Amino acid sequence: MSLGYVLVRSVILVVLLLTAFAYVMVLERKVLGYFQLRWGPVRVGPWGMLQPLADAIKMMNKEDTRPAGADTLLFYVAPAVALFVALGAFAVIPLGPVAHIGSLVLPLSVAHPASGILFVLALLSVGVYGVSLGGWASQSKYALLGSLRATAQMVSYELALGMAVISAVVLYGTLNLNTMVSMQGVHLWGAIPDILGFAIFLVGSVAECNRAPFDLAEAEGELVAGFHVEYSGFRFANFVMAEYVNMFTMSALGALLFLGGWHGPFGLGSSVWWLLAKMALYLFFFMWVRSTFPRLRYDQLMSFGWKLLVPLGFLNLVWISTFVALGGWH
Amino acid sequence: MSRMPKSSRLRQLRGLPEGLGTTLHYLWRRRVTVDYPERQRPVAERFRGLHILDRYDDGLERCVGCELCQAACPAHCITVEAAENPPDHPFSPGERYGYRYEIDLLRCIFCGFCEEACPTGAIQLTPRHDLVGFSRQDFQVDREWLLVPDPRTETLAEEGAR
Repeated sequence: MSLGYVLVRSVILVVLLLTAFAYVMVLERKVLGYFQLRWGPVRVGPWGMLQPLADAIKMMNKEDTRPAGADTLLFYVAPAVALFVALGAFAVIPLGPVAHIGSLVLPLSVAHPASGILFVLALLSVGVYGVSLGGWASQSKYALLGSLRATAQMVSYELALGMAVISAVVLYGTLNLNTMVSMQGVHLWGAIPDILGFAIFLVGSVAECNRAPFDLAEAEGELVAGFHVEYSGFRFANFVMAEYVNMFTMSALGALLFLGGWHGPFGLGSSVWWLLAKMALYLFFFMWVRSTFPRLRYDQLMSFGWKLLVPLGFLNLVWISTFVALGGWH
Repeated sequence: MSRMPKSSRLRQLRGLPEGLGTTLHYLWRRRVTVDYPERQRPVAERFRGLHILDRYDDGLERCVGCELCQAACPAHCITVEAAENPPDHPFSPGERYGYRYEIDLLRCIFCGFCEEACPTGAIQLTPRHDLVGFSRQDFQVDREWLLVPDPRTETLAEEGAR
Protein backbone atom coordinates (compact mmCIF):
# COMPACT_ATOMS: atom_id res chain seq x y z
CA MET A 1 0.00 0.00 0.00
CA SER A 2 1.55 3.24 -1.10
CA LEU A 3 1.36 6.46 0.87
CA GLY A 4 -0.60 8.23 -1.87
CA TYR A 5 -3.21 5.49 -1.85
CA VAL A 6 -3.76 5.88 1.89
CA LEU A 7 -3.76 9.66 1.58
CA VAL A 8 -6.46 9.69 -1.09
CA ARG A 9 -8.62 7.33 0.92
CA SER A 10 -8.14 9.42 4.06
CA VAL A 11 -9.15 12.60 2.29
CA ILE A 12 -12.25 10.91 0.91
CA LEU A 13 -13.16 9.67 4.38
CA VAL A 14 -12.63 13.05 6.02
CA VAL A 15 -14.73 14.81 3.39
CA LEU A 16 -17.46 12.20 3.75
CA LEU A 17 -17.44 12.41 7.53
CA LEU A 18 -17.53 16.19 7.65
CA THR A 19 -20.33 16.36 5.08
CA ALA A 20 -22.23 13.78 7.07
CA PHE A 21 -21.54 15.84 10.20
CA ALA A 22 -23.02 18.94 8.61
CA TYR A 23 -26.20 17.19 7.60
CA VAL A 24 -26.64 15.05 10.70
CA MET A 25 -26.38 18.28 12.65
CA VAL A 26 -29.28 19.81 10.68
CA LEU A 27 -31.12 16.54 10.99
CA GLU A 28 -30.65 16.54 14.73
CA ARG A 29 -31.99 20.07 15.01
CA LYS A 30 -34.91 19.02 12.81
CA VAL A 31 -35.63 15.86 14.78
CA LEU A 32 -35.36 17.65 18.11
CA GLY A 33 -37.68 20.29 16.73
CA TYR A 34 -40.19 17.69 15.66
CA PHE A 35 -40.07 16.08 19.07
CA GLN A 36 -40.91 19.48 20.54
CA LEU A 37 -43.69 20.30 18.05
CA ARG A 38 -41.45 22.76 16.20
CA TRP A 39 -40.17 22.71 12.62
CA GLY A 40 -36.47 23.04 13.29
CA PRO A 41 -34.40 25.12 10.86
CA VAL A 42 -36.47 26.00 7.78
CA ARG A 43 -35.23 29.43 6.75
CA VAL A 44 -31.88 28.85 5.07
CA GLY A 45 -32.43 27.18 1.74
CA PRO A 46 -35.25 24.78 0.95
CA TRP A 47 -36.34 22.96 4.11
CA GLY A 48 -33.35 24.47 5.94
CA MET A 49 -30.91 22.42 3.89
CA LEU A 50 -28.34 25.21 3.50
CA GLN A 51 -28.16 25.73 7.25
CA PRO A 52 -24.79 23.97 7.69
CA LEU A 53 -23.28 26.24 5.04
CA ALA A 54 -24.52 29.30 6.89
CA ASP A 55 -23.26 27.85 10.17
CA ALA A 56 -19.85 27.16 8.69
CA ILE A 57 -19.53 30.71 7.34
CA LYS A 58 -20.61 32.09 10.69
CA MET A 59 -18.13 29.92 12.60
CA MET A 60 -15.21 30.87 10.35
CA ASN A 61 -15.92 34.56 10.69
CA LYS A 62 -16.25 34.60 14.44
CA GLU A 63 -13.51 36.13 16.53
CA ASP A 64 -11.06 33.55 17.78
CA THR A 65 -10.85 34.41 21.46
CA ARG A 66 -8.46 33.09 24.05
CA PRO A 67 -8.77 33.78 27.79
CA ALA A 68 -5.92 35.88 29.17
CA GLY A 69 -4.76 33.20 31.60
CA ALA A 70 -5.02 30.31 29.17
CA ASP A 71 -2.19 27.95 28.44
CA THR A 72 -1.62 28.93 24.83
CA LEU A 73 -0.20 25.70 23.46
CA LEU A 74 -2.67 23.36 25.16
CA PHE A 75 -5.55 25.67 24.43
CA TYR A 76 -4.81 25.55 20.74
CA VAL A 77 -3.93 21.88 20.62
CA ALA A 78 -6.93 20.48 22.51
CA PRO A 79 -9.64 20.94 19.85
CA ALA A 80 -7.32 19.55 17.21
CA VAL A 81 -6.66 16.49 19.37
CA ALA A 82 -10.38 15.95 19.88
CA LEU A 83 -11.13 16.11 16.17
CA PHE A 84 -8.06 14.19 15.05
CA VAL A 85 -8.78 11.32 17.39
CA ALA A 86 -12.44 11.19 16.40
CA LEU A 87 -11.57 11.08 12.70
CA GLY A 88 -8.76 8.61 13.29
CA ALA A 89 -11.00 6.15 15.07
CA PHE A 90 -13.34 6.00 12.10
CA ALA A 91 -10.46 5.12 9.77
CA VAL A 92 -10.62 1.43 10.66
CA ILE A 93 -14.41 1.13 10.50
CA PRO A 94 -15.29 -0.99 7.47
CA LEU A 95 -18.35 0.44 5.77
CA GLY A 96 -19.06 -2.65 3.73
CA PRO A 97 -17.68 -5.91 2.41
CA VAL A 98 -14.58 -5.78 0.22
CA ALA A 99 -15.63 -4.31 -3.09
CA HIS A 100 -14.48 -5.84 -6.39
CA ILE A 101 -14.26 -3.42 -9.29
CA GLY A 102 -12.87 -5.39 -12.18
CA SER A 103 -9.62 -6.88 -10.92
CA LEU A 104 -9.38 -4.20 -8.23
CA VAL A 105 -10.01 -5.23 -4.65
CA LEU A 106 -11.20 -2.29 -2.56
CA PRO A 107 -11.66 -2.70 1.15
CA LEU A 108 -14.17 -0.07 2.33
CA SER A 109 -12.09 1.37 5.13
CA VAL A 110 -9.00 3.53 5.14
CA ALA A 111 -7.00 1.06 7.18
CA HIS A 112 -7.85 -2.53 7.97
CA PRO A 113 -5.72 -3.79 10.81
CA ALA A 114 -6.23 -7.36 12.01
CA SER A 115 -7.55 -6.13 15.36
CA GLY A 116 -9.54 -3.06 14.38
CA ILE A 117 -11.71 -3.02 17.45
CA LEU A 118 -8.69 -2.55 19.73
CA PHE A 119 -7.58 0.42 17.64
CA VAL A 120 -11.00 2.05 17.94
CA LEU A 121 -11.10 1.56 21.70
CA ALA A 122 -7.57 2.88 22.09
CA LEU A 123 -8.24 6.02 20.07
CA LEU A 124 -11.53 6.68 21.83
CA SER A 125 -9.65 6.63 25.12
CA VAL A 126 -7.27 9.23 23.78
CA GLY A 127 -10.35 11.29 22.94
CA VAL A 128 -10.64 12.10 26.63
CA TYR A 129 -7.48 14.16 26.25
CA GLY A 130 -9.10 16.64 23.91
CA VAL A 131 -11.84 17.30 26.44
CA SER A 132 -9.72 17.37 29.57
CA LEU A 133 -6.88 19.41 28.06
CA GLY A 134 -9.34 21.90 26.60
CA GLY A 135 -11.00 22.40 29.97
CA TRP A 136 -7.70 22.59 31.80
CA ALA A 137 -6.00 25.00 29.43
CA SER A 138 -8.93 27.42 29.49
CA GLN A 139 -8.10 28.62 33.02
CA SER A 140 -11.77 28.90 33.80
CA LYS A 141 -13.79 27.40 36.63
CA TYR A 142 -16.62 26.18 34.46
CA ALA A 143 -14.39 24.71 31.82
CA LEU A 144 -12.31 22.94 34.45
CA LEU A 145 -15.35 21.51 36.23
CA GLY A 146 -16.80 20.41 32.92
CA SER A 147 -13.63 18.70 31.84
CA LEU A 148 -13.24 17.02 35.24
CA ARG A 149 -16.74 15.62 34.93
CA ALA A 150 -16.20 14.58 31.34
CA THR A 151 -12.94 12.84 32.16
CA ALA A 152 -14.37 10.91 35.09
CA GLN A 153 -17.45 10.00 33.11
CA MET A 154 -15.64 8.89 29.99
CA VAL A 155 -13.17 6.82 31.96
CA SER A 156 -15.96 5.10 33.92
CA TYR A 157 -18.25 4.42 31.02
CA GLU A 158 -15.41 3.21 28.86
CA LEU A 159 -15.20 0.29 31.26
CA ALA A 160 -18.85 -0.62 30.75
CA LEU A 161 -18.48 -0.08 27.02
CA GLY A 162 -15.34 -2.21 27.05
CA MET A 163 -17.20 -5.03 28.79
CA ALA A 164 -19.87 -4.94 26.09
CA VAL A 165 -17.23 -4.98 23.35
CA ILE A 166 -15.36 -7.83 25.03
CA SER A 167 -18.56 -9.86 25.11
CA ALA A 168 -18.77 -9.41 21.35
CA VAL A 169 -15.11 -10.32 20.95
CA VAL A 170 -15.66 -13.51 22.99
CA LEU A 171 -18.77 -14.29 20.97
CA TYR A 172 -17.03 -14.06 17.60
CA GLY A 173 -13.62 -15.15 18.82
CA THR A 174 -11.88 -12.44 16.78
CA LEU A 175 -10.75 -8.82 17.03
CA ASN A 176 -11.23 -8.22 13.32
CA LEU A 177 -14.29 -6.17 12.49
CA ASN A 178 -14.63 -7.68 9.00
CA THR A 179 -14.59 -11.22 10.34
CA MET A 180 -17.12 -10.30 13.01
CA VAL A 181 -19.56 -9.04 10.44
CA SER A 182 -19.12 -11.94 8.07
CA MET A 183 -19.77 -14.32 10.98
CA GLN A 184 -23.05 -12.53 11.63
CA GLY A 185 -23.90 -13.03 7.98
CA VAL A 186 -23.51 -16.79 8.38
CA HIS A 187 -25.09 -17.10 11.82
CA LEU A 188 -27.43 -14.86 13.79
CA TRP A 189 -26.85 -11.21 14.52
CA GLY A 190 -24.77 -10.54 17.58
CA ALA A 191 -27.59 -8.82 19.45
CA ILE A 192 -29.60 -12.04 19.66
CA PRO A 193 -27.46 -13.98 22.10
CA ASP A 194 -25.76 -10.81 23.34
CA ILE A 195 -28.83 -8.62 23.92
CA LEU A 196 -27.53 -7.48 27.32
CA GLY A 197 -24.18 -6.57 25.80
CA PHE A 198 -25.97 -4.55 23.12
CA ALA A 199 -28.04 -2.73 25.76
CA ILE A 200 -24.91 -1.88 27.72
CA PHE A 201 -23.19 -0.75 24.55
CA LEU A 202 -26.16 1.44 23.70
CA VAL A 203 -26.11 3.22 27.07
CA GLY A 204 -22.33 3.30 27.20
CA SER A 205 -22.03 4.85 23.75
CA VAL A 206 -24.39 7.67 24.68
CA ALA A 207 -22.33 8.32 27.80
CA GLU A 208 -19.06 8.02 25.90
CA CYS A 209 -20.13 10.68 23.43
CA ASN A 210 -21.09 12.98 26.32
CA ARG A 211 -24.57 13.36 25.00
CA ALA A 212 -27.84 13.93 26.82
CA PRO A 213 -28.85 12.54 29.25
CA PHE A 214 -25.19 12.02 30.06
CA ASP A 215 -24.05 15.48 28.99
CA LEU A 216 -22.87 16.55 32.40
CA ALA A 217 -19.69 17.84 30.88
CA GLU A 218 -21.59 20.66 29.25
CA ALA A 219 -24.56 20.97 31.59
CA GLU A 220 -25.84 24.37 30.46
CA GLY A 221 -27.71 25.01 33.70
CA GLU A 222 -24.67 24.80 35.93
CA LEU A 223 -21.56 24.99 33.79
CA VAL A 224 -22.67 27.32 30.98
CA ALA A 225 -21.16 25.05 28.35
CA GLY A 226 -18.65 22.98 30.29
CA PHE A 227 -15.25 22.23 28.86
CA HIS A 228 -15.67 24.37 25.74
CA VAL A 229 -17.05 27.57 27.30
CA GLU A 230 -13.95 29.54 26.45
CA TYR A 231 -13.72 28.37 22.86
CA SER A 232 -15.16 30.34 20.00
CA GLY A 233 -15.30 30.23 16.25
CA PHE A 234 -13.67 27.37 14.47
CA ARG A 235 -12.06 25.87 17.55
CA PHE A 236 -15.48 25.47 19.07
CA ALA A 237 -16.66 23.93 15.81
CA ASN A 238 -13.82 21.41 16.13
CA PHE A 239 -15.24 20.14 19.39
CA VAL A 240 -18.72 19.87 17.93
CA MET A 241 -17.38 18.04 14.89
CA ALA A 242 -15.48 15.66 17.17
CA GLU A 243 -18.68 14.95 19.09
CA TYR A 244 -20.59 14.11 15.94
CA VAL A 245 -17.83 12.03 14.40
CA ASN A 246 -17.65 10.10 17.67
CA MET A 247 -21.37 9.49 17.34
CA PHE A 248 -20.79 8.11 13.85
CA THR A 249 -18.04 5.84 15.14
CA MET A 250 -20.24 4.60 17.95
CA SER A 251 -23.22 3.98 15.70
CA ALA A 252 -21.06 2.17 13.16
CA LEU A 253 -19.48 0.08 15.89
CA GLY A 254 -22.88 -0.77 17.36
CA ALA A 255 -24.14 -1.82 13.96
CA LEU A 256 -21.01 -3.83 13.15
CA LEU A 257 -20.74 -5.61 16.50
CA PHE A 258 -24.37 -6.30 17.31
CA LEU A 259 -26.66 -5.57 14.39
CA GLY A 260 -25.11 -7.62 11.63
CA GLY A 261 -23.13 -4.83 9.99
CA TRP A 262 -23.84 -4.62 6.29
CA HIS A 263 -26.02 -7.73 6.22
CA GLY A 264 -29.71 -7.12 5.72
CA PRO A 265 -32.22 -8.73 8.05
CA PHE A 266 -33.90 -12.04 7.07
CA GLY A 267 -31.18 -12.77 4.50
CA LEU A 268 -32.06 -9.71 2.41
CA GLY A 269 -28.65 -9.50 0.83
CA SER A 270 -25.83 -7.29 2.00
CA SER A 271 -24.67 -3.84 0.98
CA VAL A 272 -23.24 -0.62 2.33
CA TRP A 273 -26.77 0.79 2.49
CA TRP A 274 -27.81 -1.65 5.16
CA LEU A 275 -24.98 -0.47 7.37
CA LEU A 276 -25.82 3.16 6.71
CA ALA A 277 -29.48 2.49 7.50
CA LYS A 278 -28.53 0.87 10.78
CA MET A 279 -26.22 3.75 11.60
CA ALA A 280 -29.05 6.18 10.83
CA LEU A 281 -31.36 4.28 13.16
CA TYR A 282 -28.69 4.34 15.81
CA LEU A 283 -28.20 8.09 15.37
CA PHE A 284 -31.94 8.58 15.57
CA PHE A 285 -31.85 6.71 18.85
CA PHE A 286 -29.23 9.18 20.10
CA MET A 287 -31.55 12.08 19.25
CA TRP A 288 -34.63 10.33 20.59
CA VAL A 289 -32.96 9.70 23.93
CA ARG A 290 -31.74 13.28 24.03
CA SER A 291 -35.23 14.63 23.55
CA THR A 292 -36.71 12.28 26.14
CA PHE A 293 -34.61 11.96 29.26
CA PRO A 294 -33.55 14.71 31.64
CA ARG A 295 -29.89 14.97 32.58
CA LEU A 296 -28.67 12.66 35.34
CA ARG A 297 -27.32 14.01 38.58
CA TYR A 298 -23.57 13.47 38.86
CA ASP A 299 -23.72 10.90 41.70
CA GLN A 300 -26.51 9.07 39.90
CA LEU A 301 -24.38 8.95 36.79
CA MET A 302 -21.43 7.48 38.65
CA SER A 303 -23.44 4.94 40.63
CA PHE A 304 -25.35 3.93 37.52
CA GLY A 305 -22.12 3.30 35.68
CA TRP A 306 -20.15 1.56 38.39
CA LYS A 307 -22.89 -0.21 40.32
CA LEU A 308 -25.17 -1.28 37.51
CA LEU A 309 -23.55 -1.21 34.09
CA VAL A 310 -20.12 -2.62 35.00
CA PRO A 311 -21.47 -5.54 37.08
CA LEU A 312 -24.05 -6.23 34.39
CA GLY A 313 -21.24 -6.21 31.86
CA PHE A 314 -19.34 -8.86 33.85
CA LEU A 315 -22.51 -10.92 34.25
CA ASN A 316 -23.13 -10.70 30.52
CA LEU A 317 -19.55 -11.76 29.87
CA VAL A 318 -20.14 -14.88 31.99
CA TRP A 319 -23.30 -15.65 29.99
CA ILE A 320 -21.60 -15.15 26.65
CA SER A 321 -18.62 -17.24 27.72
CA THR A 322 -21.01 -20.00 28.76
CA PHE A 323 -22.81 -19.68 25.45
CA VAL A 324 -19.58 -20.00 23.53
CA ALA A 325 -18.30 -22.83 25.75
CA LEU A 326 -21.55 -24.75 25.14
CA GLY A 327 -20.86 -24.65 21.44
CA GLY A 328 -22.21 -21.23 20.56
CA TRP A 329 -23.77 -21.09 17.14
CA HIS A 330 -22.24 -24.32 15.90
CA MET B 1 -29.91 8.74 48.82
CA SER B 2 -33.12 7.06 49.76
CA ARG B 3 -33.32 3.31 49.87
CA MET B 4 -36.26 1.66 48.33
CA PRO B 5 -37.15 -1.97 47.94
CA LYS B 6 -35.53 -3.72 45.02
CA SER B 7 -38.84 -4.58 43.40
CA SER B 8 -40.03 -0.99 43.07
CA ARG B 9 -36.64 0.05 41.75
CA LEU B 10 -36.97 -2.44 38.95
CA ARG B 11 -40.49 -1.26 38.33
CA GLN B 12 -39.11 2.22 37.89
CA LEU B 13 -37.25 1.01 34.83
CA ARG B 14 -40.60 0.73 33.07
CA GLY B 15 -40.63 4.51 33.03
CA LEU B 16 -37.83 4.58 30.48
CA PRO B 17 -39.65 2.96 27.55
CA GLU B 18 -42.80 4.77 28.61
CA GLY B 19 -41.02 8.10 28.30
CA LEU B 20 -39.54 7.14 24.94
CA GLY B 21 -43.02 6.21 23.77
CA THR B 22 -44.40 9.55 24.85
CA THR B 23 -41.82 11.54 22.94
CA LEU B 24 -42.16 9.32 19.88
CA HIS B 25 -45.88 10.03 19.91
CA TYR B 26 -45.10 13.75 19.66
CA LEU B 27 -43.28 13.24 16.35
CA TRP B 28 -46.63 12.86 14.62
CA ARG B 29 -48.53 15.54 16.46
CA ARG B 30 -49.45 18.73 14.66
CA ARG B 31 -46.72 21.38 14.85
CA VAL B 32 -47.60 24.44 16.87
CA THR B 33 -45.12 26.72 15.11
CA VAL B 34 -46.61 29.39 12.85
CA ASP B 35 -44.38 30.63 10.01
CA TYR B 36 -44.52 34.07 11.51
CA PRO B 37 -43.93 36.80 8.99
CA GLU B 38 -45.79 34.93 6.23
CA ARG B 39 -48.58 33.69 8.43
CA GLN B 40 -49.77 35.40 11.54
CA ARG B 41 -52.08 34.24 14.23
CA PRO B 42 -55.11 36.51 14.68
CA VAL B 43 -54.81 38.84 17.64
CA ALA B 44 -57.63 39.39 20.09
CA GLU B 45 -60.40 41.63 18.85
CA ARG B 46 -59.67 44.28 21.46
CA PHE B 47 -55.89 43.92 21.36
CA ARG B 48 -54.18 47.19 22.22
CA GLY B 49 -51.32 47.95 19.88
CA LEU B 50 -50.00 50.93 17.99
CA HIS B 51 -51.85 54.26 18.35
CA ILE B 52 -53.42 56.32 15.61
CA LEU B 53 -54.86 59.82 15.58
CA ASP B 54 -58.20 59.54 13.85
CA ARG B 55 -60.06 62.01 11.59
CA TYR B 56 -63.71 62.67 10.93
CA ASP B 57 -65.12 61.51 7.62
CA ASP B 58 -64.70 64.97 6.19
CA GLY B 59 -60.97 64.83 6.89
CA LEU B 60 -60.88 67.12 9.93
CA GLU B 61 -58.81 65.92 12.85
CA ARG B 62 -60.73 64.67 15.88
CA CYS B 63 -58.10 65.88 18.33
CA VAL B 64 -58.97 69.19 19.94
CA GLY B 65 -55.84 69.41 22.07
CA CYS B 66 -57.62 69.00 25.42
CA GLU B 67 -54.63 67.13 26.91
CA LEU B 68 -56.87 64.67 28.79
CA CYS B 69 -54.88 61.75 27.32
CA GLN B 70 -51.69 63.27 28.61
CA ALA B 71 -53.24 63.56 32.05
CA ALA B 72 -54.57 60.00 31.96
CA CYS B 73 -51.32 58.43 30.80
CA PRO B 74 -49.75 56.47 33.68
CA ALA B 75 -46.43 56.21 31.86
CA HIS B 76 -46.26 59.92 31.02
CA CYS B 77 -45.43 59.13 27.46
CA ILE B 78 -47.86 61.53 25.76
CA THR B 79 -47.10 65.20 25.19
CA VAL B 80 -49.87 67.41 23.83
CA GLU B 81 -49.80 71.09 23.10
CA ALA B 82 -52.86 72.82 21.74
CA ALA B 83 -53.06 75.80 19.41
CA GLU B 84 -55.85 77.95 18.00
CA ASN B 85 -57.24 76.71 14.71
CA PRO B 86 -56.32 79.02 11.86
CA PRO B 87 -59.72 80.45 10.77
CA ASP B 88 -59.13 80.08 7.03
CA HIS B 89 -58.31 76.38 7.10
CA PRO B 90 -59.07 74.73 10.46
CA PHE B 91 -57.43 71.43 11.41
CA SER B 92 -60.29 70.39 13.68
CA PRO B 93 -63.93 71.34 14.05
CA GLY B 94 -63.43 72.93 17.49
CA GLU B 95 -61.66 76.13 18.54
CA ARG B 96 -58.34 74.45 19.09
CA TYR B 97 -56.41 71.50 17.68
CA GLY B 98 -53.53 69.30 18.76
CA TYR B 99 -50.65 71.40 17.47
CA ARG B 100 -48.07 69.12 18.97
CA TYR B 101 -48.84 65.49 19.69
CA GLU B 102 -45.96 63.18 20.62
CA ILE B 103 -45.86 59.67 22.01
CA ASP B 104 -42.81 57.90 23.31
CA LEU B 105 -43.68 54.36 22.18
CA LEU B 106 -40.87 52.89 24.25
CA ARG B 107 -42.39 54.27 27.41
CA CYS B 108 -45.96 53.44 26.47
CA ILE B 109 -47.42 50.48 28.33
CA PHE B 110 -50.36 50.13 25.91
CA CYS B 111 -52.93 50.38 28.70
CA GLY B 112 -55.44 52.22 26.54
CA PHE B 113 -56.25 54.87 29.16
CA CYS B 114 -55.64 57.63 26.61
CA GLU B 115 -58.25 56.08 24.37
CA GLU B 116 -60.73 55.99 27.26
CA ALA B 117 -59.98 59.53 28.33
CA CYS B 118 -60.35 61.05 24.86
CA PRO B 119 -63.68 62.88 24.55
CA THR B 120 -63.63 62.92 20.74
CA GLY B 121 -62.24 59.45 20.00
CA ALA B 122 -59.15 60.94 18.39
CA ILE B 123 -56.51 58.72 19.90
CA GLN B 124 -57.18 55.05 19.27
CA LEU B 125 -55.22 51.84 19.71
CA THR B 126 -55.00 49.50 16.73
CA PRO B 127 -54.20 45.77 16.84
CA ARG B 128 -50.86 46.36 15.13
CA HIS B 129 -48.06 44.94 17.27
CA ASP B 130 -45.04 44.50 15.01
CA LEU B 131 -43.30 47.73 15.94
CA VAL B 132 -39.67 47.85 14.91
CA GLY B 133 -37.07 50.57 14.55
CA PHE B 134 -33.36 51.07 14.17
CA SER B 135 -32.94 53.51 17.03
CA ARG B 136 -34.70 54.86 20.08
CA GLN B 137 -35.40 57.98 18.07
CA ASP B 138 -37.53 55.92 15.71
CA PHE B 139 -39.97 55.32 18.53
CA GLN B 140 -40.50 58.99 19.42
CA VAL B 141 -43.45 59.53 17.12
CA ASP B 142 -45.19 62.82 16.39
CA ARG B 143 -48.52 64.07 15.17
CA GLU B 144 -47.80 63.63 11.46
CA TRP B 145 -46.71 60.05 12.02
CA LEU B 146 -49.77 59.17 14.09
CA LEU B 147 -52.43 60.84 11.98
CA VAL B 148 -54.40 58.62 9.65
CA PRO B 149 -54.24 59.79 6.03
CA ASP B 150 -56.48 62.66 5.06
CA PRO B 151 -59.20 61.41 2.68
CA ARG B 152 -59.30 64.86 1.06
CA THR B 153 -55.73 64.78 -0.19
CA GLU B 154 -54.72 61.13 -0.41
CA THR B 155 -56.01 58.66 -2.92
CA LEU B 156 -56.85 55.10 -1.97
CA ALA B 157 -53.68 53.76 -3.58
CA GLU B 158 -51.50 55.95 -1.43
CA GLU B 159 -53.41 54.84 1.63
CA GLY B 160 -52.67 51.24 0.76
CA ALA B 161 -48.97 52.00 0.51
CA ARG B 162 -48.84 53.49 3.98
